Amino acid sequence: MNPKKTNTLALLMIRIIAVIVVVILAFLIGRILIQGLPHISWKFLTTSSKAFTSGGGIGIQLFNSFYLLILTLIISFPISLGAGIFLAEYAPKNALTNVIRMAIEILSSLPSVVVGLFGFLLFVVQFKLGFSILSGAIALTFFNLPLLTRNIEDSLNSVPKLQREAGLALGLSKWHTVIKVILPEAIPGIVTGIVLCAGRIFGEAAALIYTAGQSATSVDFTKWNPFDASSPLNLFRPAETLAVHIWKINSEGIMPDAEQISAGSSAVLIIAVLIFNLSARFLGQKLYQHLTAAKQG
Amino acid sequence: MDPIRDKILKRSKESNQDVIGKILSYAAIILILAVVVSIFAFVFAKGIATFTENHASLKDFLTGTDWNPNVKGEDGKPLVGALPMIVGSFAVTLLAALFATPFAIGTALYMTELSSSKGRAFMQSVVELLVGIPSVVYGFIGLTVVVPFVRSHFGGSGYGILSGAFVLFVMVLPTITSMTVDSLKAVPKHYKSASLALGATEWQTIWRVILRAALPGIMTAVVFGMARAFGEALAVQMVIGNASLLPTSLTNPASTLTSVLTMGIGNTVMGTVANNALWSLALVLLLMSLFFNILVRMISRKGRM
Amino acid sequence: MDALKYDLKDTYIVRFNQKETEIAMTTNNLQVFYGNKQAFFDGNMQFPKNRITALIGASGSGKSTFLRSLNRMNDDVARVEGQIMYRGIDINSRNINVYEMRKHVGMVFQRPNPFSKSIRDNITFALKEKGLKDKVEQDRIVEESLKGAALWDEVKDDLDKSALALSGGQQQRLCIARAIAMKPDILLMDEPCSALDPISTLKVEETMLKLKERYTIIIVTHNMQQASRVSDYTAFFHMGHVIEYDKTKHIFTNPAIKATEDYVSGNFG
Repeated sequence: MNPKKTNTLALLMIRIIAVIVVVILAFLIGRILIQGLPHISWKFLTTSSKAFTSGGGIGIQLFNSFYLLILTLIISFPISLGAGIFLAEYAPKNALTNVIRMAIEILSSLPSVVVGLFGFLLFVVQFKLGFSILSGAIALTFFNLPLLTRNIEDSLNSVPKLQREAGLALGLSKWHTVIKVILPEAIPGIVTGIVLCAGRIFGEAAALIYTAGQSATSVDFTKWNPFDASSPLNLFRPAETLAVHIWKINSEGIMPDAEQISAGSSAVLIIAVLIFNLSARFLGQKLYQHLTAAKQG
Repeated sequence: MDPIRDKILKRSKESNQDVIGKILSYAAIILILAVVVSIFAFVFAKGIATFTENHASLKDFLTGTDWNPNVKGEDGKPLVGALPMIVGSFAVTLLAALFATPFAIGTALYMTELSSSKGRAFMQSVVELLVGIPSVVYGFIGLTVVVPFVRSHFGGSGYGILSGAFVLFVMVLPTITSMTVDSLKAVPKHYKSASLALGATEWQTIWRVILRAALPGIMTAVVFGMARAFGEALAVQMVIGNASLLPTSLTNPASTLTSVLTMGIGNTVMGTVANNALWSLALVLLLMSLFFNILVRMISRKGRM
Repeated sequence: MDALKYDLKDTYIVRFNQKETEIAMTTNNLQVFYGNKQAFFDGNMQFPKNRITALIGASGSGKSTFLRSLNRMNDDVARVEGQIMYRGIDINSRNINVYEMRKHVGMVFQRPNPFSKSIRDNITFALKEKGLKDKVEQDRIVEESLKGAALWDEVKDDLDKSALALSGGQQQRLCIARAIAMKPDILLMDEPCSALDPISTLKVEETMLKLKERYTIIIVTHNMQQASRVSDYTAFFHMGHVIEYDKTKHIFTNPAIKATEDYVSGNFG
């Protein structure tokens, strides 16, 4: 074959591969939505699940997923912020900093099931927290920290060095220069990163099975005192999330409509992830525009 | 008396702010380090208990095929042959990487060399969405689509390594693709123009110049993908069939380290041999993840030279 | 034409009689190192009060390094030895309060770097940090500083607009306004016009001439015309050494050192 023909053929192959990848995604999303959407109803989204009979909903699981997400972000954001500031602003260029970076990289590549088991060992067993939202949130924090830290570090680094000098030259402390000048300018990147992390947390199951547990205890949505045992806000109750629910009913579910519930739940999960994805872009762009707003007048 | 001079000689609130800032950021980083260290320490301590407390032999663990920790073998040691799971994990990982790499490179080449900027942005979203799909959803699709497909086209029960590899293929595809894109982008533009100017076709340029220059980056990407595949738990567990037998075919039920771990921890009691043996599997996972990390570092160091 | 041909020991540094000329800042034996590499040698200079001193020289001659050492902006990247005397104290000593010192030794940078805040907040931000809460006083300082930087007339109706909406030249004058709002004694300017077009450059130069009534200005510039237009004194830097420091008029018309003469006449290196 002459080079010209090979060229045409090879480039065609590349295009076909790209199309196949798009088709795979379209198939995945299409299949989940087509199979799942018909099962989604207000009732499905708000009632509690049933173990042995059909017609169960995912109300509590959905609430648990969001609650866990918020808790995880509340715990992991300040830590990641501190760590991200350390790496971007304070870390000296030496061997110790390299070790720290390596440790964070290793943490980010640990299998989530291992992180979950560690959470299980430390919080559920050692600290006797039992299967609880709190244990789950902490396990998810471990798994979220490296990503969020790197995102914050990158966002801070993308702010020009000159801005730091501007603050310092006015006699501001380094700390205030960072949090009052650099951080606000890094916000668009950080918000995008947080929302993308949120998508990941929302869909995570392996780290939760043995920390937040696999049972959705019924809660009373009229009690909002977190110390009340049946309050939805109670930190110490076991809380099966939507993702865990999908896994659970597929591995050991005995309700007759397990597949429909899985399909509906998967669709809800995918829609949530899509929303997180889109809003990450949208928010990032909006904030960026806001920051440089006056460019248009 | 010079008030400005006096002020310059005194501490001010800015000095204190800086101390506070340093304390906060150092505390955060120390906390993360503590987490990493304790994960290793705990899993290590639990993982070696099988060998120190329950006196299982490490050789049996790595080469034995009998996984039944509650039962003692003829030599009086618990049966903790983890080879079936180790083989299962490696098999799904390698197969997934084998399937995904050509697709990832093709997609990446399309994005960096052939597409318009709009096409690139579109493919970028496709890749990001593939990353975003939760692993349980992949597992569910695996269960309802891949397993029946494998059953009808390749025979067997449908559960097994092949199904696991198919599911992982889609899961690691975006990881490998986006990292390959980064390494292709890092190839200096003038390499390409020089090659084209010498009369090479686009494909010759891609094959001989661009891919060669990006090779270390692509290898790193593949290793990253393998690390993700090796550590993935639920999606694989849902389609692999969960039989701790040494796999004899790709379409019969098998198991991986992660699948046995997710199924087992809830069904064993802390401190028993059966439970300790599971922690040993977790330790293997941890060490493998460390190994992949080191591999990535070695490749990128080589690439820089 | 080899830049190495000049004898770096062959120098002329003007000394002032402190009874006649008030000195704002003095450096004694200032040395700057990046790692093991010395980037600046033996700086012994006096900077007279309410005068503009220009630092000229080729890229890499150490002039920016020297300037940035004067308010300790090099702390994180370089090691600075020797004394920088200001108001009778050595501000290069570890024990002084760097933050407080920088309020009195301000700096304007090579590229305009306004905060991505409104024009007003760019100026009031550091004042508020300093503890100035009085709104009326803030507004007064905003007006005064913007007038000082010759920007007031152009922006007085848009004070709440983002500073990033201004042109490059306006942004740089805003940075000057931001610096003088702190009421510094000394204003260090690191090639403040290098990123600006000729018209903006001219405006910034006019501003500087007005500012010297109240401030001592030390400016690094690549542009010899600029040095001759605005400065009272000029120091010529070469390979990390101050070769000649004298009245600007002398430097440009009758330099004492061959290297300076070659540089200002364009026959250099």
